[in-house]
Amino acid sequence: MRYLPLTDADRADMLAVIGVAGVDDLFVDVPAGARLRGPVDLPLHAGELAVERALGAMAARNRAAGAGPFFCGAGAYRHHVPASVDHIIQRSEYLTSYTPYQPEIAQGTLQTLFEFQSQVTELTGLEVANASMYDGSTACAEAVLMAHRVTKRGKAVLSGGLHPHYAATTHTLGHCAGVHTQRLAAAIDGEAAVIEAIDGDTACVVVQNPNVFGTVTDLGPIGEAAHAAGALMVVVTTEAVAFGLLRSPGAMGADIAVAEGQSIGNGLNFGGPYVGLFAARETLLRQIPGRLCGETVDADGRRGFVLTLSTREQHIRRDRATSNICTNSGLCALAFTVHLSLLGGAGLARLAQLNHARARALRDRIAALSNVEVLTPRMFNEFAIRLPGPAAPIVEALAERGVIGGVPFSRLDPGGGLDDVLLVCATEMTTDDDISQLAQALEMELRA
Amino acid sequence: MTAVSIGRPTRSAAISPAEDKPHPGAGLLQYEPLIFELGGWEKTGVDFPSDGGADDACDLHGLSRTPPRLPGLSEPETLRHYVRLSQKNHAIDLALYPLGSCTMKHNPRMGEKLARLPGFADLHPLAPISTVQGAIELMDQLAHWLKTLTGMPAVALSPKAGAHGELCGLLAIRAAHEARGGGRKTVLAPTSAHGTNPATAAQAGYRVLEIAQTADGRVDLVDLAAKLDRDVAAVMVTNPNTCGLFERDVLDIARLTHAAGAYFYCDGANFNAIVGRVRPGDLGVDAMHINLHKTFSTPHGGGGPGAGPVVLSQALAPFAPVPWITHGAGGFDLIEEPRGEAVAALGRLCAFHGQMGMYVRAFAYMLSHGADGLRQVAEDAVLNANYVKARLSPAMSTPFPDGPCMHEVLFDDRWLEGSGVTTLDFAKAMIDAGFHPMTMYFPLVVHGAMLIEPTETESRRELDRFCDALLDLTAAVRAGDSERFIGAPFHAPLRRLDETLAARRPRLRWTPQNPDP
Repeated sequence: MRYLPLTDADRADMLAVIGVAGVDDLFVDVPAGARLRGPVDLPLHAGELAVERALGAMAARNRAAGAGPFFCGAGAYRHHVPASVDHIIQRSEYLTSYTPYQPEIAQGTLQTLFEFQSQVTELTGLEVANASMYDGSTACAEAVLMAHRVTKRGKAVLSGGLHPHYAATTHTLGHCAGVHTQRLAAAIDGEAAVIEAIDGDTACVVVQNPNVFGTVTDLGPIGEAAHAAGALMVVVTTEAVAFGLLRSPGAMGADIAVAEGQSIGNGLNFGGPYVGLFAARETLLRQIPGRLCGETVDADGRRGFVLTLSTREQHIRRDRATSNICTNSGLCALAFTVHLSLLGGAGLARLAQLNHARARALRDRIAALSNVEVLTPRMFNEFAIRLPGPAAPIVEALAERGVIGGVPFSRLDPGGGLDDVLLVCATEMTTDDDISQLAQALEMELRA
Repeated sequence: MTAVSIGRPTRSAAISPAEDKPHPGAGLLQYEPLIFELGGWEKTGVDFPSDGGADDACDLHGLSRTPPRLPGLSEPETLRHYVRLSQKNHAIDLALYPLGSCTMKHNPRMGEKLARLPGFADLHPLAPISTVQGAIELMDQLAHWLKTLTGMPAVALSPKAGAHGELCGLLAIRAAHEARGGGRKTVLAPTSAHGTNPATAAQAGYRVLEIAQTADGRVDLVDLAAKLDRDVAAVMVTNPNTCGLFERDVLDIARLTHAAGAYFYCDGANFNAIVGRVRPGDLGVDAMHINLHKTFSTPHGGGGPGAGPVVLSQALAPFAPVPWITHGAGGFDLIEEPRGEAVAALGRLCAFHGQMGMYVRAFAYMLSHGADGLRQVAEDAVLNANYVKARLSPAMSTPFPDGPCMHEVLFDDRWLEGSGVTTLDFAKAMIDAGFHPMTMYFPLVVHGAMLIEPTETESRRELDRFCDALLDLTAAVRAGDSERFIGAPFHAPLRRLDETLAARRPRLRWTPQNPDP
């Protein structure tokens, strides 16, 4: 077994040092009836080549996004990641280290986390950011729990433009914490509808920008309405590249901004692992969930970084912690930070502009098709279109023609009454030829 | 999994950060500023196409911003920055990493290679089901292995880490009680539990009561029985527990728990000690999370990502969160909403389907080891821990000396009494000796705890090197050489850091006002 260094001679010697006859003597505390006599009913060990063949065959039964024209977004985005990003995150010192509990020998991880937090505060326009959450959806749920702790109120209003998976995740966590989540009906351009639902028990409103239909909204008036009623505004962003072009959540009055950071530095990976961004106003610092990295000095006065304010966390505060989170998304956060260090603010703005341009090209081409209506009034890089019939079978038919045509909204919200809505997305990866192929395939499908 | 930052004196309280100065590289270890101090405010290390149609046209009606104020670096500058920083980290690839309860074992690189196959890495979670059959097949196979290894009938794959898995398990338990109309409000957990256990129970809406521990480091059955009333929804027990001991009365714990109408949640953080040799399903467990980043060796990545699938008993299976995998004539499918056969599902715990990248790595690890290799993993992990215990016990004090330990061995600080050296000092001196400290001050039930988990991927030679180094340090303690400990480490990239200062005046991001180093 190539991963196990002990030889039989080692084992015999070590058992002698311990003073037992055999390894079974080390398992004497296990109830006799629960000790398995032999291996469980699974295949025996296999060499690297055999494992590669088995998993390679499974991978080959999937159609990678890069295999042809591809237009899916809806919370996960296909962007180009520079090769150097993947090289850095595969360095042993980052890949095979633990949470930086011993700061003297973890400055690499800690300084990159400090850089990550600094980048996230600039993107979101808020003062403090944590060292990452599992993903955007769990960050959204934690933001609602945090708003509940801050305001001591029991209701969260979720906009009809919030990604349905985010709404469902928030509902699950809110339910057990005693927070009622009021989810408004799905609406292409209706973020402001949350204002009507604010009442005296509202802890926060949760709005998304761009929303799940791709619509970009001025959230300023929503924030003002929330604040006037003593509620917080939580702003969700699922496409982090949009931070390069859109006014930041903080600039529009967000108290808490959460985002899915996958777009920067991280691949699609069939949904995970991703990286949740979590930022808030400084006044809310003590209620932030998760790890925080802070600057300090060592015994010789040299600058260094440590995990700090850990009295909020589970390993100190136990049942009174702000969250149960322990493991986060450290390596994905590193990928985010390395990619963003390459881009810089100027590069991110350029990338965002490029995405916006590709999406406009896609929209203009699709808008010219008969029987197709573009629904999203203001978009960044994705938008919703209405097809003359249910979108799901059309997407499956497009796949048979070699085009991954987008995400039917019914996939996210079955029975929600928007079965004819298709979400399409373009990024810097989308070529003119891809757009032509989608348009032609759609035309043929709709004619058929 | 856990560390406690109590008792971390530094000698730098008088030093103000205003005196923060650059320090030159020592040897080949370079001083490295923050990216924000390297300039490049107008720069970018990414070249964009000139023909992509990216004009400055924008139909965002005044909702756009000026570019974020973030520095950009060329590729050579970026590589140098992050490689220099990396050299200030300890890693399992450098030496034994004995963090108890964290299972820092070798991470096979084959997993990295396979997770990057385009068929897995470049796959959208909402792509048409017909185009992702191999991905769902892998999830289904992983589920089969997890169910077989644990002897449990169902598994929820989507939880993203151990604590998320705990939440999944407790929410399934809560849903099961609600389905029976019960409104139970209490979860019992031992004092020695990971901090995530009580934190999770609270997040799931329960109050937490602690169960006492016996003198031999196990759950006190008398105390458990006394607290098991009709308000108890679940009993959470880590097995093997955080003292590195198998709960030998586990069948009685399960029996008492079930007799009270409660469910038995097992924290599976220490599954590495028994994988392939003991099935939790045979112990009466109703729910258990499995940290794929521990037992199945997906890399810890400096704090994540992990993955925390939860195996469930028949009683809890209907409440597993979506998505569910189904298999019909047309191939694999996903149920993504609580409807149809998943109508009782507790809901959704995250967007999409969980940590696919971790599933690929863990499954590759499982196939490589096989049923025989995984059994050997448990045996070697336990053997290595007992070997360390045998070698170090003469020089250090063990709170539970009788009988074997499992995959980790616990020491306390009685042997340091009167030396002026604390557990913290001893741990920091280990850094100078070339090793990462063990988990310290956890579990909380032992004074000055030092919890050592060597794992099965350490050779006899490395174990001896580690034991020799620790024995050398214990001899120095006994010789009164406290200079070696107080104020250690002396040879790390930095000396002890002032955690009090960090917490008293939090600086959590770079700002232009920060003094230039």
